[in-house]
Amino acid sequence: MASNISLSKIVKQKSISIGEATKRISDLGWAPSYFEEILKYPTDYKVDKAPKDPMKQVLRSYFPMQEEKDNRVYGALDAALRGNMFRNVEPRWIEWQKLFLAIIPFPEISAARSMAIQSQIAPGEDLRTGYTMQMIDEFRHSTIQMNLKKWYMENYIDPAGFDITEAAFGKCYATTIGRQFGEGFITGDAVTSTNIYLQVVAETAFTNTLFVAMPSEAARNGDYALPTIFLSVQSDESRHIGNGHSFLMSIVKEPENLDLLERDLRYAFWQNHAIVDAAIGTIIEYGTQDRDKSKESYAELWHRWIFDDYYRTYMLPLEKYGVKIHHDDVEAAWNRIVKGNYVHKVAQFFSFGWPVAFWRIDGMVEKDFDWFEAKYPGWYNEFGTYWENYRKASLPNQPPLMYLDSGYVYPHRCWSCNVPALIREDFCVDEVDGELYTYCSEVCRWTHKEAFAAEYNGRPTPAMGRFSGRRQWEECYHGWDLADVVKDLGFVRPDGKTLIQQPHLHFDDSRMWTLDHFRGLEVRSPLLDLRAMSPADREKHIANYRAGFTCKPI
Amino acid sequence: MSENLQASGAAGSATFAGSDSRRYNYYKPEGKRATLYEDVTVDVQPDPSRHLLQGWIMSFADGTPSYSEKSTAIKSSDWHAFRAPDQEWSRTHYQRQSHIENTIKMVVDNARGDGAPGRFDQGWVGVLQNQFGALKHAEFGLGVALMKAQRDGMTQMINNTILTNASYKLRLAQDITLYLGDLGLDISIDGDAGKQVWLNDPAWQGVRKAVEAILAASDHLEIYFAVNVVFEALVGELFRSGFIMRAGPVHNDFVTPAVVSAAASDYRQNLANTVTLIGQLTGDPAHGAANKKVMQGWLAKYVPLCAEAARDLRGIWSLQDNGDLHYDTIAEDSRARFKDILVAVQLNLPADVSL
Repeated sequence: MASNISLSKIVKQKSISIGEATKRISDLGWAPSYFEEILKYPTDYKVDKAPKDPMKQVLRSYFPMQEEKDNRVYGALDAALRGNMFRNVEPRWIEWQKLFLAIIPFPEISAARSMAIQSQIAPGEDLRTGYTMQMIDEFRHSTIQMNLKKWYMENYIDPAGFDITEAAFGKCYATTIGRQFGEGFITGDAVTSTNIYLQVVAETAFTNTLFVAMPSEAARNGDYALPTIFLSVQSDESRHIGNGHSFLMSIVKEPENLDLLERDLRYAFWQNHAIVDAAIGTIIEYGTQDRDKSKESYAELWHRWIFDDYYRTYMLPLEKYGVKIHHDDVEAAWNRIVKGNYVHKVAQFFSFGWPVAFWRIDGMVEKDFDWFEAKYPGWYNEFGTYWENYRKASLPNQPPLMYLDSGYVYPHRCWSCNVPALIREDFCVDEVDGELYTYCSEVCRWTHKEAFAAEYNGRPTPAMGRFSGRRQWEECYHGWDLADVVKDLGFVRPDGKTLIQQPHLHFDDSRMWTLDHFRGLEVRSPLLDLRAMSPADREKHIANYRAGFTCKPI
Repeated sequence: MSENLQASGAAGSATFAGSDSRRYNYYKPEGKRATLYEDVTVDVQPDPSRHLLQGWIMSFADGTPSYSEKSTAIKSSDWHAFRAPDQEWSRTHYQRQSHIENTIKMVVDNARGDGAPGRFDQGWVGVLQNQFGALKHAEFGLGVALMKAQRDGMTQMINNTILTNASYKLRLAQDITLYLGDLGLDISIDGDAGKQVWLNDPAWQGVRKAVEAILAASDHLEIYFAVNVVFEALVGELFRSGFIMRAGPVHNDFVTPAVVSAAASDYRQNLANTVTLIGQLTGDPAHGAANKKVMQGWLAKYVPLCAEAARDLRGIWSLQDNGDLHYDTIAEDSRARFKDILVAVQLNLPADVSL
């Protein structure tokens, strides 16, 4: 007699197919008939078509998958400690993580909030699971990053700066860019913010430099924790990229959306370039001790991830739908990096502003000079003297470099991207609603004046957001004494006098700067000073600013 | 500088100012020591009233900033005081959700392997198809409402608590959907019937009306309140724990109660969070009285809807003989629990509202 028992019958339990499961799940929604929902976050786009779910995943498999990813991440952190990672880690690198990890959790959690908005405007429920997973993923990213930061704080030689992290995020001269990023995901037109700015540009293009390129550099500096965390984070991004593309495909075929898509792709690409390349470019190039000339420079990484992968394979194909792509902006961004030395000028600004930072900024030495010269020919001529000055002024036996006669001119800040106007010849000004503003570039001027406005190309855009508030950090402390500024910022160690920030990596009280070294030095806002000038003086000032400066030995 | 580097980057390898400052020091923990939940949650969403020097730097066209206290009718002297009792952050959330999903899968797979669905009473199969099938839409609607609500709270603690609540509801809706789908491979169940019942059966129109009222609300705390203080107490738990979990075994079904039992546990957790938050807001020294007035208004709006929804469901208990399980007893328990919740959050049933 044949047995009814077989191995496959014992071990296999058939479930409904994933296709059937996702079909039934997308049918959970309905059109309400008793009460009408009011769209809380509107859009000027026409959104009629339901986006399709490209991932076909259900929560039943999602949660165990994520738990397993977490187990690997936290297991790796334990292993790193057992392997004594911090004995060999490069402090130059970890110090920059005080800045990066202060910034990144807020944009992450903003992305979770963003899913509340996009899921409300997207017709149908096909993509609901995708939005749900992205919402929870972003919750994961913010808390996993906070946890990594705590781990650094507990195990790295100098915890100061990590210990004030979220307070520092709200106060530092360099973290406003992170708020521009995070607030941009949740404020203004629902499609502009959640789809184009967040998913289509930030996640699809720039997470590659953030979460893939940067971890590689971390590993080169003996930091195995950051790659573990961030490559795990990046593994979630493919879902978000899929969500974003699916939603984009649902709106791109509407002719009346094309001018808004052109506007938003332009704004989002340029601002992502300005913000992400500033921060991540600096951290990768100036936070490393690894000067292997065979590794890719940030410019080379950018060309691979942004130009080849994103521009050529994602942006360009949108032209077939009639979307106007600003090829000139992509080229201009590339030129800012390779010809305008954007990243190097940002690093120069960061280091010049060390007195109001909350991390240590190590100076560059001959080994670094060689590498920069090899990767960016002409680097030494433009930046060598500056970094030699920085080294000379690193100990507290004279005022900080910012107050020495070194030739460097503290920059104006861009009202749009919040990064200073560092490529001086591109500096521009304009008036919006009768007030004078400064910009790093023509596209940033356009972004503020024309994109974030009540109408665009003659059509009303009532859903579009606005740049508002005290966007320029320097305004907050115009005319203050530097010591009072730092005290107000809270960037002081527990002894009440030693600064958290130092322009060196000496872990020795005798070489560390204190509040007393800053007394009598005034902080000024270039914008307020510019606004106070007569028209003639202002014109002269702008011309001089655009002409640039030359560093001289101190 | 680099030419004079410390030999080790490890904690304790040098002593200098701040070298032992190894705790986040910018917020006050609720207890003696900060919990991991607090460390990864508090102040991640900044606030101009705490550390946000420049304030919000983007706004909507009408000037409303990225986060605004005007997004709710409730006021607080300190939005940052709330800590969720469940202390959930992403890792614990994944662990709990994963545990639930794996448990459900194991129970359902084993039951199906054992042929259990074939032994369900025939009438009960109809109940699962139609009534349990309708419930998944209610759970989904509440999940969608909560997902929308997690955008607007003034702190990370509030928004994350609403977020995890949304995640639990959406998981439950999917659990029921997939469970019924899997059952349909073994016994005859029409996968579309539950939606038709949800849309058209008079027994479910009160529930649908209540869920749609919650979906239509735009105040995030109103949504959170309506779901956990009112709907879940009067309707959700009434049907899940007061019917499905208790009637199932009477009809040879030990599987469905196991699937739905996670929801009872979810609600206990979410209710603890809700009672803590709402209790803080009604007890707020400056705004407590005004907040109570707003919430009394919410009760006046949602209690009649949910009470009617509960009454509409009554007939479902009579579709079959469920032994000694009777709607009136269960409903009385549910009303008593609801009243207990009101006491816990210092609110009263509005005088002109009856259960």
